[in-house]
Amino acid sequence: MEIDKRHRLHIYSDEELDKNEGEIIELLKAASQQPVPDQDEWLDEQLRRNILVTSVEILLNAARCASLWPVVCFPACCAFEFITTAASRFDISRFGMEIIRASPRQADLMITAGTLTWKNAPNVRRVYDQMAEPKWVIAMGACAISGGIFSGSYSVVPGYNRIIPVDVYVPGCPPRPEALLYGIEQLRRKISSLQFLA
Amino acid sequence: MTIALSGRKIAGKLQEQFPGSIVQSDESSLLVKSEHLLAIATFLKTTPGFDFDYLTSVTAVDYRDYFELVYHLISIEHNHSLVLKVRCHDRENPTVPSVVGVWRGADFQEREIYDLMGIKFEGHPNLKRIVLWEGFQGHPLRKEYKGIYK
Repeated sequence: MEIDKRHRLHIYSDEELDKNEGEIIELLKAASQQPVPDQDEWLDEQLRRNILVTSVEILLNAARCASLWPVVCFPACCAFEFITTAASRFDISRFGMEIIRASPRQADLMITAGTLTWKNAPNVRRVYDQMAEPKWVIAMGACAISGGIFSGSYSVVPGYNRIIPVDVYVPGCPPRPEALLYGIEQLRRKISSLQFLA
Repeated sequence: MTIALSGRKIAGKLQEQFPGSIVQSDESSLLVKSEHLLAIATFLKTTPGFDFDYLTSVTAVDYRDYFELVYHLISIEHNHSLVLKVRCHDRENPTVPSVVGVWRGADFQEREIYDLMGIKFEGHPNLKRIVLWEGFQGHPLRKEYKGIYK
């Protein structure tokens, strides 16, 4: 089919575009025959001369509190504050926590975000039991601490510490992400002061 | 918009079919005797012109002297609705006939009422607790229920 050339007056022709693209690629290729030199090369010599002396405890504790992986335990509405904490604005990946594990076997922190009913309690207990040692628990929100507004209820567990040991309590209904981050900060302090090789 | 049918008008039609079954009726609802519930439910579902083929909800209310069960019926074909009520005066052993045979959707809701109010549904295929666990003492939505921590 013949293309009417008059319609192509105000745009580039295909040949011109292809030619232009080919020139750009050839130029870049000619200028890129050698790899970009490593800008941190000077560090190698410095690192070779350095020795870091520390204790096993401090090293292990630093590793542990630098990547706490939370397990999914979101029975109620505090979960949304937790999700906000995990999302871009508050960004718990700053603490190496962005991987929220669906399997308790890969997690070492349980953030109990929500009201727990007695009917659901055996499941949470089981998830906690399946987590590998060492493991920690942050009780997030009023319901997790004491049952909150449901504390006199026939069906609600009055605090997670009835069924699992809790390390840090974060009050609020629900707590703001800042509060949860402060709680995580407190837990990191607790972990870094652990002494297990005494 | 679903048209809410007048209980009083339907009561007039039911009176011919089931004499003595209506306790009272007003513009918004229709109160029937529990021994006639199953027959009236079947009649309302199958009679052309009524065709209440969809049971939206079953709830129970504790009025201290008696329990009242509220059935919200809808006809999808005619787009009209009706509120049917039944009272149960026996507090020790409250029993009403189950409507699972008429509307299958009543199954879980009747189990919930049994769980929280302690009303037994005669003829229910699987009447056991649904929200609370087996072994729970009492029925917590009853007015006389005292909380477990008090």
